Amino acid sequence: MKETLNIVLSGQAGQGLMTLESLLADVIRKEYYLFTSPEFMSRVRGGNNSVELVLSSEPIESWRKIIDILFVLGPESFVRMKPRLGKDTLVISESKFVSSDEQKDISFIELPLAELSKEAGGQIYGNTIIFGYICRLLGVSTDSARNSISRKFAKLKDDVIQKNLVAFDMGYDSLAKEASIKNISKVKNKPPTRVMDGSTAVGIGALAGGVNYLASYPMSPSTGVMMYLARKGKEFDVLVEQAEDEIAALNMVIGAWYAGARGLATTSGGGFALMCEALSLSGITETPCVIHLAQRPGPATGLPTRTEQGDLNLALYAGHGEFPRIILSPGNIKDAALLTSKAFRLADKYQVPVIILTDQYLLDSMSETEPFEFDESALESFVVETKSGYLRYDLSKGPISPRGIPGFGKGFVKADSDEHTEEGLITEDFDVRNSMNEKRLAKKALILQDYQDAQLYGPDDYDRLLVGFGSTYGVLKEYVETTDKKDTFLYLKQVYPLPETLKKYFEKAGEVVVVENNATGQLAALLKGELDIKVDHNILKYSGEPFSIEEIEDRIGGLS
Amino acid sequence: MNNFEFNREIDIAWCPGCGNFGIRKALQKALQELGIEPAMTVLTSGIGQAAKMPQYVDTNFFNGLHGRGLPLAVAIKSVNPELTVIAEGGDGDMYGEGGNHFIHNIRRNPDITHLVHNNMIYGLTKGQGSPTSMPGLKTTVQIDGVINEPFNPLSVALSLGATFVARGFSGDMEQLTELIKAAITHKGYALLDIFQPCVSFNKTNTFKWYKENTYYLDSDHDPADLSKAFDLALKKDKYPLGILYKKEGLETFEEKTPVYRENKTPVIKRKRDISKVNNLL
Repeated sequence: MKETLNIVLSGQAGQGLMTLESLLADVIRKEYYLFTSPEFMSRVRGGNNSVELVLSSEPIESWRKIIDILFVLGPESFVRMKPRLGKDTLVISESKFVSSDEQKDISFIELPLAELSKEAGGQIYGNTIIFGYICRLLGVSTDSARNSISRKFAKLKDDVIQKNLVAFDMGYDSLAKEASIKNISKVKNKPPTRVMDGSTAVGIGALAGGVNYLASYPMSPSTGVMMYLARKGKEFDVLVEQAEDEIAALNMVIGAWYAGARGLATTSGGGFALMCEALSLSGITETPCVIHLAQRPGPATGLPTRTEQGDLNLALYAGHGEFPRIILSPGNIKDAALLTSKAFRLADKYQVPVIILTDQYLLDSMSETEPFEFDESALESFVVETKSGYLRYDLSKGPISPRGIPGFGKGFVKADSDEHTEEGLITEDFDVRNSMNEKRLAKKALILQDYQDAQLYGPDDYDRLLVGFGSTYGVLKEYVETTDKKDTFLYLKQVYPLPETLKKYFEKAGEVVVVENNATGQLAALLKGELDIKVDHNILKYSGEPFSIEEIEDRIGGLS
Repeated sequence: MNNFEFNREIDIAWCPGCGNFGIRKALQKALQELGIEPAMTVLTSGIGQAAKMPQYVDTNFFNGLHGRGLPLAVAIKSVNPELTVIAEGGDGDMYGEGGNHFIHNIRRNPDITHLVHNNMIYGLTKGQGSPTSMPGLKTTVQIDGVINEPFNPLSVALSLGATFVARGFSGDMEQLTELIKAAITHKGYALLDIFQPCVSFNKTNTFKWYKENTYYLDSDHDPADLSKAFDLALKKDKYPLGILYKKEGLETFEEKTPVYRENKTPVIKRKRDISKVNNLL
């Protein structure tokens, strides 16, 4: 394991934990690498929410279970966080939130937050007091912390900023002497990084892919992308419309693509289920579309604010009838951005639906990555100017008939959800049906030429191959980087279609272990079905939480 | 060859005597008389006999899913407002399966034309009750007769603030052509509900029945009078034909949406600057 310090702030919804997180992130990132991940209940007030901040001397992208420093900020926090205490966990709390019996068994420091807040001018200053307290605890520069406060509250009145600065000092000065924390090295000459959460990465990626239309219906955890593009809409010429339902959303996105736009629908499992018929419409009309499917645990409403990789099968098999599709599964912020941009190009090039499969954990977590930039390649347009007599489904050009749009050229663009002729008119001619069906399905082979390559982390002469897709990337990569075993991680960032060439990674492996955040091993079944790969072990988790690094170490360790 | 006509014989799947033929002629005539460019026109539709209309008019079209003609239309118009966009379908398609889109697109007020063939029955699925079927109508499913109250598209549209609400009849080509022209030229969402006999499956609401149970609004009717329009829309003894309500000057969805506030260029014609995107990183 890396040298890390795991701080968890646990309180109630509506308490301003996100503000505190962003203040802390600002100052911590100057001296450490930082990964943050929130977990929250599906409610607007009360309950128990927490934010985890993992500091490290090296780049870090994974969640840990064991907490080093826990701030208990609400009545239910201690009970909920108790399973995550280790033998050295330092618990900082009002004494009323942790009973005196419980205090005896742990390293406990009282922080009289209510009293201090009152002194500072009210409850709303509580977060700034904690901010000061943590800055002292970590020994970070107070100048940069003070600057962060001034920036964060810049839009508020001067006296509010002043009061916050006083509250910061109160927190800073109230640190009890006996508090000592494990020492982790600060990063010397930290190179520049890009910092963002997964929702922002998908949003920026969409902009780099030329998105200019979004129709969606709000649903956690997919809404962050919609809100991001709504904020950027005017500056980047994106028409953002909140649809009346997800059925409308995807039909609107398909209409937008038909007319020459690059549309995106962002949704979660329940909303995606409503889009299934329109997905099939994209398939037969060969109208491109891009869907961001942000997974959360189901069935039905499930655990609305938690994480899971349970909708791989949904993405694979959604929609009646048979038609090709592409499913991308980014596992980190850089890929979330780059693959989302590519999704638009792939949809345009192959005239198929492209699904970007993410989850709550990836979208809401914030991490740092090496600097990267977009080039213009994803913006390449495949739309053609039509001539009189244009045939939308021209069979003479191979599986990809050049796609025109209305108003660009002299031809008419006729798209039909019925089986259709080359012109786009309804037909029940069986020969034409065969030709059209074969043409559509033949795109799969072409799509594979653009396969988004899987990445291998760990030794080349591995004994054991660990396989994951999407957000298990961070934890599996960290595991193979720190284990002394010959374990290697294969990260799949395109889960469908899969090329035969992937088999070479499996043939070399003594043992294949597929790790998935679901209960039934959907990726393992896909690998078996598509490539006839024998999976020796399937490590699954379906509680609604992501895998922690400790859990991965235990469960892989338990295999041999 | 006239615009919007095919230069060859086409096979039309409607029953002989179907009201759809008259509506097709009126639509083509309206488009021709308005001098609209076929290459700049898009018809969208869902599924049903009425929704097959785009197949038989030579222009751009997207014949989509049952009930989903309107979402296609609003999106097409909003990414390229230079196009003339018409969504067309039947009562089951637009008021039943697509009811939610009917409600919410009136609220949006996109500059599109909505033509709904209303024959008070399901034709393509061979004669089941539709949202507009009259109580008592016996069908293959409602065997003792329809028991539900019929959906009233005109009063619903008026209540949601539609700025053009009209009713036509497929049996009067001349008036229907004028109504379609008025609907197309209206700025904003325009609903034209078109009464139409179904010769195969609705033996109650026949050509004769429509003749006897409708009347023309005369020049005394003031289409700017919303409460009068409501009274007319709620009439059940005899159904008025013509423009019940028309209000000018309201901003359309395309005008209100932020991307068009200052820049009128269709979004599909704007270029993305990748360096600006990179600045976000």
